[in-house]
Amino acid sequence: MTSRVSTGTRPGARFAQFKLVLLGESAVGKSSLVLRFVKDHFDDYRESTIGAAFLTQTISLDDSTTVKFEIWDTAGQERYKSLAPMYYRNANCAVVVYDITQASSLDKAKAWVKELQRQANENIIIALAGNKADLVADHPDKRAIATADAEAYAREAGLLFFETSAKTSENVRELFTAIARKLPLEQAGARNMRANPRQGVDLRPEAPGTQGGGACNC
Amino acid sequence: MDEIAPEYDVVVLGTGLTECVLSGVMSVKGKKVLHIDRNDHYGGEAASVNIESLFKKYGNYNKGEEPWKKYGRINDWNVDLVPKLLMANGELTNILVSTDVTRYLEFKQIAGSYVQQGSGAKATVAKVPSDASEALRSPLMGLWEKRRAKKFLEWVGAFQEDNPSTYGGLDLNRCTMREVYEKFGLEATTRDFIGHSMALYQTDEYMNEKGAAKDTVQRIRLYVNSMARYGKSPYIYPLYGLGELPQGFARLSAIYGGTYMLNTNIDEIEMEGGKVSGIKATMKEKSDEGEGMKFSTKTKKIIGDPSYFPGKVQVVGHLLKAICILTHPVAYTDNSDSAQLIIPQSQVGRKNDIYIAIVSSAHNVCPKGYYIAIVSTIAEGSSNHHLELQPGFERLGKIEEKFMGPPIPLYEPLESGRNDNIFISKSYDATSHFETTTDDVRDIYRRAEQEELVVEGLREGDTLVGQE
Ligand SMILES: Cc1cc2nc3c(=O)[nH]c(=O)nc-3n(C[C@H](O)[C@H](O)[C@H](O)COP(=O)(O)OP(=O)(O)OC[C@H]3O[C@@H](n4cnc5c(N)ncnc54)[C@H](O)[C@@H]3O)c2cc1C
Ligand SMILES: Nc1nc2c(ncn2[C@@H]2O[C@H](COP(=O)(O)OP(=O)(O)OP(=O)(O)O)[C@@H](O)[C@H]2O)c(=O)[nH]1
Ligand SMILES: [Mg+2]
Repeated sequence: MTSRVSTGTRPGARFAQFKLVLLGESAVGKSSLVLRFVKDHFDDYRESTIGAAFLTQTISLDDSTTVKFEIWDTAGQERYKSLAPMYYRNANCAVVVYDITQASSLDKAKAWVKELQRQANENIIIALAGNKADLVADHPDKRAIATADAEAYAREAGLLFFETSAKTSENVRELFTAIARKLPLEQAGARNMRANPRQGVDLRPEAPGTQGGGACNC
Repeated sequence: MDEIAPEYDVVVLGTGLTECVLSGVMSVKGKKVLHIDRNDHYGGEAASVNIESLFKKYGNYNKGEEPWKKYGRINDWNVDLVPKLLMANGELTNILVSTDVTRYLEFKQIAGSYVQQGSGAKATVAKVPSDASEALRSPLMGLWEKRRAKKFLEWVGAFQEDNPSTYGGLDLNRCTMREVYEKFGLEATTRDFIGHSMALYQTDEYMNEKGAAKDTVQRIRLYVNSMARYGKSPYIYPLYGLGELPQGFARLSAIYGGTYMLNTNIDEIEMEGGKVSGIKATMKEKSDEGEGMKFSTKTKKIIGDPSYFPGKVQVVGHLLKAICILTHPVAYTDNSDSAQLIIPQSQVGRKNDIYIAIVSSAHNVCPKGYYIAIVSTIAEGSSNHHLELQPGFERLGKIEEKFMGPPIPLYEPLESGRNDNIFISKSYDATSHFETTTDDVRDIYRRAEQEELVVEGLREGDTLVGQE
């Protein structure tokens, strides 16, 4: 689940896989952003996260470079501060989300950024997403956090920054593409040039090179 | 913070592996689960801890010292508290695959499986033969014995439970394993490594139990088939340590709507008419000042580990365990990055086997150059426990650091839970693998849900979680 880069069949073609984690207060739209990015779909009445283990989505940066995100949603485990270390382990990038109509959600986002900078590996790419931009388009008075304020904070903390809407899809692709561009393709390649994505054993019974159940192999 | 729901189908106490598997399975089956742990981390007794936590847990250093500092980055260490490995063809592997929890984890082989013959200066260590042809090359047996062992293993390989013509003329439903060994003319030393390092019995009692021969044959088949799966040993092990297993199942549970609360103490279990009706609890982080968040919720069932029910469990034995840090591979294990080494009881004048489980930086549980060896056995005396593990320590050579607490009590519930709907798990026992843990999972599920747990196909047709 670490970053993986392999050269494809075409000369010069690069393919890299990165783990991306989502953080932020409940109901700011983390799952909705992923759903929009991966399935280009939006639900007005999403209940809290159910069902999405992790999803994958691929972005082509140019003719020869493809980045695949393995996107982990918190599955609601952050609600009572019960995220497992497994969740952050080997994360290459993080999207910290707040709701631009909820002032407290930016404080929560800042706390997550702090935690990331303390705990995660130092090369982690962090993006700050001010979500639900559509809500203020027609009702500017609903905005609780000024763009300039969030932007200044992001610049200071060294984060990518976008105001997004999972509902209208504004800036969603842009957000993930910006992360993909900032990921250390070269560095990951040097550390970890592997065609085979998983270094461990494959447990599935039908996995090649293994013999499953049935007859005894005495 | 959101409100906790007024009612749950089941409240699970403790985030050990048994509890997390049950929580995950129940959530997938549509039950509303609240999962609580009093600790600030997942795993309970089945957690893996970093080197600083390990020192602090055992307290084997002087005040003011920080001995963990000489062991590199603290978080590069994930030291298991339970010395176990997974059988590649075992039930836990089956559950991991059926529930797709394998997606959050990576596994590696354990590089070798070894057994000791003799003791003290005369001890030899050899690979456990994995099949009939390896038996022919094994230094553990003389020439004629090798042929007899080959015959025996071929018979085991052809065995089919539902086909008595493969029983070899033995009345397997009634005979003892001793009678089976006698029929094949196997010597005591051969019986020793077959019974202890392949069937993985920890005492010799199995040999005299009428009708247990079939179970022994199945255990040997599990070993041999697990071995054949990846080739080096019958065992696999998750990168970053066994503590990843409960986390993986907890994530599964959460994905299906399970609610997770660490740092939460149970203040009261409410009963109505002799049956559980709800809980009162307080969530409070250690660093938090003040009262914390108090809440109560209704539930008809509780599943929990023994530590939450001290009055409802009994002690059935004591496990001795020493976690040892080495800077070299263990002698006679072919410089393996990992291994299991079994010292059968008869070889060192004991009643219970001594197990050594070795893992290393190859499994992301410690920095490069280190090895973690856990020596364990069932306590036979009430003192000198260090001496009981001594034959194990002798195998390890120079030990940089040794963590050994008092004997660990092994608990079992006093009742099935059918009366009060409180279903309690067993402690992690002294076996080297998780087969008894998954037996307990199935048993608790049967007691709590009055049906057999079927994991096969549990997540089939699940489109939400598809990769691409
Ligand atoms: C918000 C947050 C909270 C956390 N909370 C906890 C907690 O409560 N408890 C806890 O135990 N841990 C916690 N962690 C730590 C976490 O579990 C990991 O240990 C941590 O993220 C790994 O960081 P590192 O500096 O050790 O990474 P490194 O091991 O230095 O790795 C850096 C990066 O390089 C990559 N990499 C490393 N080796 C290779 C290689 N050989 N080939 C290719 N790529 C490689 C990794 O994928 C990683 O992305 C937390 C982390 C975060 C971000
Ligand atoms: N108007 C608007 N609503 C949004 C947007 N994104 C999410 N929502 C709504 O906000 C609510 C919460 O969204 P989720 O995606 O479930 O939020 P979450 O952060 O994943 O929440 P948890 O899983 O509980 O942590 C849902 O009702 C969504 O429909 C957006 O961009 N615009
Ligand atoms: Mg969500």
